[in-house]
Amino acid sequence: MTKTAEWPLWEVFIRSKQGLQHRHVGSLHAADKEMAIENARDVYTRRSEGVSIWVVESKYIVASDPDQADALFEPAEDKVYRHPTFYNIPDEIKHM
Amino acid sequence: MDHREDYFKFLLMLADASLMMGQRLGEWCGHGPVLEQDIALTNISLDCIGQARLLYQYAGEYEGKGRDEDDLAYLRDVRSYYNPLICEQPNGDFGDTLLRQYFFDYWQYLYFSELAKGRDERLAAIAEKSLKEIRYHLKFSAEWVRRLGLGTEESQKRMQKAADNLWQYTGELFEASSYERDLIAEDLIPDMESLGSKALSVMQEHLKECSVLVNEEVFMRKGGKEGMHSEHLGYILSDLQYMQRAYPGAKW
Repeated sequence: MTKTAEWPLWEVFIRSKQGLQHRHVGSLHAADKEMAIENARDVYTRRSEGVSIWVVESKYIVASDPDQADALFEPAEDKVYRHPTFYNIPDEIKHM
Repeated sequence: MDHREDYFKFLLMLADASLMMGQRLGEWCGHGPVLEQDIALTNISLDCIGQARLLYQYAGEYEGKGRDEDDLAYLRDVRSYYNPLICEQPNGDFGDTLLRQYFFDYWQYLYFSELAKGRDERLAAIAEKSLKEIRYHLKFSAEWVRRLGLGTEESQKRMQKAADNLWQYTGELFEASSYERDLIAEDLIPDMESLGSKALSVMQEHLKECSVLVNEEVFMRKGGKEGMHSEHLGYILSDLQYMQRAYPGAKW
């Protein structure tokens, strides 16, 4: 299994139905983008989970720094007025 | 003249080919070089077994002697299997398996493409359904042959070795067996022999682009489609049939 270590890691995003957004479903190893799509197809869509696949090499994901979580996210916590909770959403509107 | 016996053998040949490929690929389960390829190979294995089931169901009904898919898959002896020899060849390394797969996929792709246009509606429907899987198998195996052929010095060497061994089994795929010949003469099945030399040169060309050369002078081995198998099939069957032989009629 040494080869795995040499293959880069890829993040996989699957769109389950037309109209829905792609969702992160996991990661896998692959030598290049074609293999990443094939592997994603074989690993993540074998039970009809998807209609579209995105892959991106994990190294290109830019993540926020957990140490800055306080500064980044806490200021929003006491600002309830930013939530649109005062509107009634009609039942016909899905996926909100 | 009655061609039912020929047609039955022809259906079994297609079914046996898929079953043996499925069984061989299944041997990779848990042994793939990496997790992703392990899953990919077993996915293809299950596709092949699914094809075999549809074909055996049809063959059993066609024969009309009350044999079902399980009887046909599990309760025949070596000489009554008609798969081409390439299907029963051992897995070898990952490269051997993928090259065997590529040759098989390309043959199956051509054969099923013709069958899908044929007059036998039941078989055309099976071919149509299977083709969706086969197109992916072919893309997958052709791509891996390319990767390994153009990969490292070691992977190229291994692909060359695989080709040195497996090329001799490609001729049988396209050469008509006795029953295929009869059926072709009656225009009941497609004439794969007429596509053979083109198909072999397409495969040869693909290998060449992948830095793998084939020996055109090699003696093409055959016999599987007539029930004359290599020593490998007996071992496959002893694995495959063990449960049904030890516990006749066992179900789950």
